[in-house]
Amino acid sequence: MLVPALTTGHRDRHEAPMALDPDPLGRARLRRRRRIWVSVLVAALAAGMVVSVGTGPVMLDAATVAHVVWSRLSGQSPGSLVDSTAAAIVWDLRLPRVVLGSAVGAGLAVCGMALQAMVRNPLADPYLLGISAGASSGAAAMILFGVGVGLGARALPASAFLGALAASMMVFLVAGAGGRVSSMRLLLAGVAIGYALTAVTSLLVFASGSAEGARSVMFWLLGSLTLATWDSLLAIVVMVVVATTGLLTLCGQRLDALAIGDETAQILGVAPGRFRAQLLLVASLCIGVVVASAGSIGFVGLVVPHLARRLVGAAHAWAIPVAALLGAILLMWADLCARMLLQPQELPVGIITAFMGAPFLLYLIRRMPPAH
Amino acid sequence: MISATGVSFSYGSGDVLDHVDLQVRHGEVLGLVGPNGSGKSTLLRVLYGSLAPHAGRVLVDHADLKDLNAREVAQAVSVVVQETPGDFPLLVSDMVLLGRTPHHSGLGRHNARDEQAAARALERVGMLGRADHGFDRLSGGERQRVLIARALAHEAPHMLLDEPTNHLDIRYQHQVLDLVRGLARTDRHAIAIVLHDLNLAATYCDRLLLLHQGRIVAYGSPSDVLTPENLEPVYQVQVRRLEVDDGVHLVFTPSFSPLPPLSA
Repeated sequence: MLVPALTTGHRDRHEAPMALDPDPLGRARLRRRRRIWVSVLVAALAAGMVVSVGTGPVMLDAATVAHVVWSRLSGQSPGSLVDSTAAAIVWDLRLPRVVLGSAVGAGLAVCGMALQAMVRNPLADPYLLGISAGASSGAAAMILFGVGVGLGARALPASAFLGALAASMMVFLVAGAGGRVSSMRLLLAGVAIGYALTAVTSLLVFASGSAEGARSVMFWLLGSLTLATWDSLLAIVVMVVVATTGLLTLCGQRLDALAIGDETAQILGVAPGRFRAQLLLVASLCIGVVVASAGSIGFVGLVVPHLARRLVGAAHAWAIPVAALLGAILLMWADLCARMLLQPQELPVGIITAFMGAPFLLYLIRRMPPAH
Repeated sequence: MISATGVSFSYGSGDVLDHVDLQVRHGEVLGLVGPNGSGKSTLLRVLYGSLAPHAGRVLVDHADLKDLNAREVAQAVSVVVQETPGDFPLLVSDMVLLGRTPHHSGLGRHNARDEQAAARALERVGMLGRADHGFDRLSGGERQRVLIARALAHEAPHMLLDEPTNHLDIRYQHQVLDLVRGLARTDRHAIAIVLHDLNLAATYCDRLLLLHQGRIVAYGSPSDVLTPENLEPVYQVQVRRLEVDDGVHLVFTPSFSPLPPLSA
């Protein structure tokens, strides 16, 4: 009989000792879905990198790109298969830029997600909160006054980090960071301090005259990946972004707890004040390094966390790495648009991200509950 | 056992808690009752170290709370408070697995054993079938049960609850409190619970502590604490007490003159 058989099966499942059930919470499908998304995004990032490196005034096919990269990585000369101009375009011009773009996009996305969790506010973003502006002020001050030149390649990211830290601490003090910060206060504090620091940066750049011609006001305001080369700054960016993503991923459960509330964090054994301070330090370091190498690129940190949560849910242990991959992909494509849309002129990449991000910000604001 | 001796606390001017002594014993439910602003929720927060007392001390199994870090406290004491993840749509299973956080070092992730513990906790509150649902899609009663499951997943010997019956209809109120009493009876948990409803407190608590303006007015069995002599000055209402099924039931009538009717 069909019906009794079904009933027995049902009861067996419930009466079986829990220890024997390999999936007691029914999370196998969720895990599979998360793994599939991560694999798909990794593949999309790799494919996008090849396309992006191949695209430009000189179009190169995927085989050429792959051949040059492979031969450089394995330490051989590209050989006669590829002419030396193509090899130089791939390795010296386009690949460092694509690598920097991916790292910057990933860094902005994971920092945006960490900020959103720590202030429980979907509008948090390094650019909107003025943290990027703080980083550019720090970096511009270093260039003008030559503070810490002895540190060599580390002087620029280090001063950008200090600027980012100072700006974020100011914003959170003004908005009243403990507990639930109101969206309005936080955004206004961020916008006000961001404006002030942007003015400081512009003043510093104008005052410095020709001290550092490569980094213009435009660079700090809208961001750009044009300065990417294989230098130690690029290495620092990649290392800091990878380390930040790894650290935040491992802190996933604690980020979940903090995102629910200070009281919840406390009862789950996460001291909220201390954890928030640690997060602010990590995010400031990551944003400082990113801004030192690519200026203030807006909206990536705002948009990407929302997309990541849509794909794999809000639990940060998965949402953080997915946000990193999505951020890398998004900024890489945005930069490709910036390079190609008005050829031979180049657009600042921040214009492209603003075109994508600003409508999304409006959509989020419309969804916010009306004032009481 | 959680024991507080001479605990005082203030948010600024005036004591919110004034020399409070109490013990939360294993195997019993202690109800914290009193009118709004009497300090009962503050007292609960002092008992798990969210607020540090200005005088006196709180011991959890003979260890002073101020010598324990947040994680050590969370291993010994689980807490149910009303806080929900607004813009972060977590699943029910995510939510309950968070209860395992105290068992991991700062960077740990949950493993198969944690999933077993979380599943047992959900089974206990009858919510295992909803493990893959979004927490924000649940009804008030279901959320409350999931929050209790998260506390159970701590597998801590003490549990504190802050008004777990708020916003629940009568059936869920009794379901939740019956579950809580079961934890004390069968698992020998030491439980303290803040309750507004004195009749629920009379039914489900083994002992009651009545607070008024931060001071203890009465402390003992429900039938000793819930007397008109204790309650009338504290709540400013007339109290009639009925003895039912070897328990007490209270009926309240306002002692102040009723509001004048609205004139047209």
